Amino acid sequence: MTKPIFQLKNIVKTVNEGTPEQLNILDNINLDIYSGDFITILGSNGAGKSTLFNTIGGNLKPNSGQVIYNGKDITRMSVVRRTEFLSRVFQDPKLGTAPRMTVAENLLLAEKRGKKHSLIPRNLKSQMNKFKKITAKMNNNLDERLETATGNLSGGQRQTLSFLMATINRPGILLLDEHTAALDPKTSEQLMNITENTINKEKLTCLMITHHLDDAIKYGNRLIVLHQGKISYDISGEEKKHLTKEKLLTFFNDIQ
Amino acid sequence: MSLIISAIGQGLLWAVIGVGLYLTFRILDFPDMTVEGTFPMGAATAVTAIAHGISPIIATILAFLVGCVAGLVTGLLYTKAKIPVLLAGILVMTASYSIDLRIMGKPNQSLLGMPTLLSSKFFQSLPPYFDSVALGFIVIVIVTTILVYFLQTDLGQAFIATGDNENMAESLGINTDNMKIMGVSVSNGLIALGGALVAQNNGYSDVNMGIGIIVVALASIIIGEVIFGELTMVQRLIAVTIGSIIYRLVLLLVLQLGFNATDLNLISSILLAIFMGLPALESKFHLKHVLKRGLKND
Ligand SMILES: Nc1ncnc2c1ncn2[C@@H]1O[C@H](COP(=O)(O)OP(=O)(O)O)[C@@H](O)[C@H]1O
Ligand SMILES: [Mg+2]
Repeated sequence: MTKPIFQLKNIVKTVNEGTPEQLNILDNINLDIYSGDFITILGSNGAGKSTLFNTIGGNLKPNSGQVIYNGKDITRMSVVRRTEFLSRVFQDPKLGTAPRMTVAENLLLAEKRGKKHSLIPRNLKSQMNKFKKITAKMNNNLDERLETATGNLSGGQRQTLSFLMATINRPGILLLDEHTAALDPKTSEQLMNITENTINKEKLTCLMITHHLDDAIKYGNRLIVLHQGKISYDISGEEKKHLTKEKLLTFFNDIQ
Repeated sequence: MSLIISAIGQGLLWAVIGVGLYLTFRILDFPDMTVEGTFPMGAATAVTAIAHGISPIIATILAFLVGCVAGLVTGLLYTKAKIPVLLAGILVMTASYSIDLRIMGKPNQSLLGMPTLLSSKFFQSLPPYFDSVALGFIVIVIVTTILVYFLQTDLGQAFIATGDNENMAESLGINTDNMKIMGVSVSNGLIALGGALVAQNNGYSDVNMGIGIIVVALASIIIGEVIFGELTMVQRLIAVTIGSIIYRLVLLLVLQLGFNATDLNLISSILLAIFMGLPALESKFHLKHVLKRGLKND
């Protein structure tokens, strides 16, 4: 049996401890993630999806439980250290890129994700061809704008860049938090296609939060529903393949 | 003519202060008040060291290092003790007043009859006022060259990214606290270096010489930006020096109009307000212009 690449064990995150408003926003989460898993995550507003990502990313420390990567306990590891194997794309295109730096400069920083930053020249020129190639594949003129300040890009271009930045240096685990939600439907679909292609080609391990039932069904090999801080639904394999929107809606109606 | 040369010399000597503030105010994107304390601290350190027989070059380097330490304290208070950066700067600035008095042992110290960076043969051979032009030029060229190199390194890019988008920087594995500490530290080192240069040029150091420094430094930055607009990072650093010179020339003009030297802080603030408000005012006037035209067409 293969070992999971990433594990959450009995994760509890409590807020407002010791007050009447005390609440477990993550309530004993157990999750084994295997290499190559592409997990879509559904859940209503406030279900704890972002909190789950922040726990995996290290931005939040759980009150109890363990986070394990490759068999190693990383529960107390800092955000910065975790970037050696973890990358994220946020919902807001503004969060993922540096606006006053050019597209190429952003990519260069992303290439060095999780590595030491020293006083060696950055060597941007030698990378330009490579950047040109990978941005050209995005089919949204990003390759024409390598020297443009990222703040001057369209939302779609900027979010595509965020995604490229998260994957340019292969992450051990990739977290996508509604990364297409801020885009118009057409751009959103384009980015979803790019996302799927990249994940399949690079055999990435990925968790993707989405609000679209269709996307959650269409993409990935596993689907999780988070409800009131608990994993209330978890299907994969053949079962996931045969999942229909009707079945999912019935399930949602049952838990409401 | 000599007045203009003198103003250019002042502009070049003070440019390093503008460049220093640029690191925090523009790149890291926060206001650092420490500079009002590190400027006189640099002056006090250099002058006292020289008075104790230390060579002017070593004394000047010492001033830079002392400024770095003061900045380091601000950086630690801000990032580790989580004190808001404005307050952290004010705390160190206030404390530095006492430290300056400790360093000098009195409120001011003259360099009369003592060696300075300007008393070497080379500078003495220059015509009057050209010595400060030469010194300011040499220092600002060295500082700008080092900074330009630094900003193009991996570390420099991580530094820029921290100020540009902290969330992103962190998610790419950049230790943003360290970047801020480094930035505030080097920034204040440069400001103290500026204090050391100005003190040697003036021939004395005074605990009160820091008042209004932040306005002067900001003025060089803003004037450069208003005049040159969109620039690359390298060009922007050079624009600060040009801004610093222009600021001195404008002050000269104002003094020629009959104002007193004691009015300078008031005038500096007014100048800065005008330059900072200019872009907003301009776009407003533009709007009016367009409105008028629109009405005429009707
Ligand atoms: N720091 C906090 N203090 C109190 N409540 C919080 C805090 N952070 C999140 N919450 C609450 O926890 C719940 C889960 O939040 P979140 O993970 O952002 O949900 P989701 O991303 O699924 O919409 C919400 O009810 C939210 O209000
Ligand atoms: Mg959320």
